[in-house]
Amino acid sequence: MSEKEHKVSRRQFLTYTLTGVGGFMAAGMLMPMARFALDPALEAGAESDFVRVASLDELTEEPQRFDFVVEQEDGWYSSEVTRVAWIYLANNEVVALSPVCTHLGCTVNWEGSESYPENFFCPCHGGRFERDGTNIQGTPPTRPLDVYEVQVEGDDVYLGGTVQR
Amino acid sequence: MLQKLYDWVDERLDITPMWRDIADHEVPEHVNPAHHFSAFIYCFGGLTFFVTVIQILSGMFLTMYYVPDIIHAYESVYYLQNEVTFGVIVRGMHHWGASLVIVMMFLHTLRVFFTGSYKKPRELNWVVGVLIFFVMLGLGFTGYLLPWDMKAYFATVVGLEIAEAVPVVGGFAKALLAGGEIIGAQTLARFFAIHVFFLPGALLGLLGAHFYMIRKQGISGPL
Repeated sequence: MSEKEHKVSRRQFLTYTLTGVGGFMAAGMLMPMARFALDPALEAGAESDFVRVASLDELTEEPQRFDFVVEQEDGWYSSEVTRVAWIYLANNEVVALSPVCTHLGCTVNWEGSESYPENFFCPCHGGRFERDGTNIQGTPPTRPLDVYEVQVEGDDVYLGGTVQR
Repeated sequence: MLQKLYDWVDERLDITPMWRDIADHEVPEHVNPAHHFSAFIYCFGGLTFFVTVIQILSGMFLTMYYVPDIIHAYESVYYLQNEVTFGVIVRGMHHWGASLVIVMMFLHTLRVFFTGSYKKPRELNWVVGVLIFFVMLGLGFTGYLLPWDMKAYFATVVGLEIAEAVPVVGGFAKALLAGGEIIGAQTLARFFAIHVFFLPGALLGLLGAHFYMIRKQGISGPL
């Protein structure tokens, strides 16, 4: 049999097998490193614990600012960070809004601008939200403010993680 | 597809001759293990380079988690080894590879010595090889401190005491390496900088010279 009758020549066969074996070894070497680097993107975020933030009789129909402290685990570094919630009563239901603007993450304030009473106002790009957190058409944000998970036990109000609406 | 892409680049930049200069060269019979199995001793230099590539890659990935700070260095190493997926493998590659580089380099040196490959006209390449040897030892010494545990700390204490024992310039050398009188925060930052920037830079330059010379002069003849 001459070389021409083979679909794959000896040289090609060797090229394929050597490239294949080499590729397999390179993958075995690089795969752990790639997975190592991707780890933070692939690991699910930690559940957040509920923290006591306020007592029921402090709350009114008007959103009020409450600061509270949570334990934060950041890789090898754990620390206590301060979170903010705007809490008010709607038909005796406790609503706790996150102050993080849904446009680009700046911090909103209730009646933060004198020109817009009865609104959450974001100083960065003039984003505005209604009392219940709904974004106002014609301002940059495209969705309502996130809400904290709320638990009421007796007279105490506990807040957990934030949820998108 | 790949061929077309290659042709497109080649048509503009004429890269084929470059490829030939780098990779396409004769392997003499006396260094080819397919002809004489004992010729495997000629692989040690290439294997040293292969392990070095692994060291550079795994080291780059380790710096994604490691912080060179005396408060957090140990914690970050503990975290990347025990909490991050495959961290034990990536750090293991760097840890064991460090010893393997020294072993392979030593075998390569023995081969060069016993085949007389260092003789004229290759004396300069021997000199560069010895410089690479010192750079590798420096990488091993500076890398050893980085986990900032007891073993790392006291190995560095001892290493710096040895440096201090050098006549006349010893005290200066120790202060320069440790970044002052105390073996602490500044020592760790300094060793990290030396380990990931200065010595690898020197190593790549020396390796370039090493490989350029072996291509220029060819592999030494059979015994």
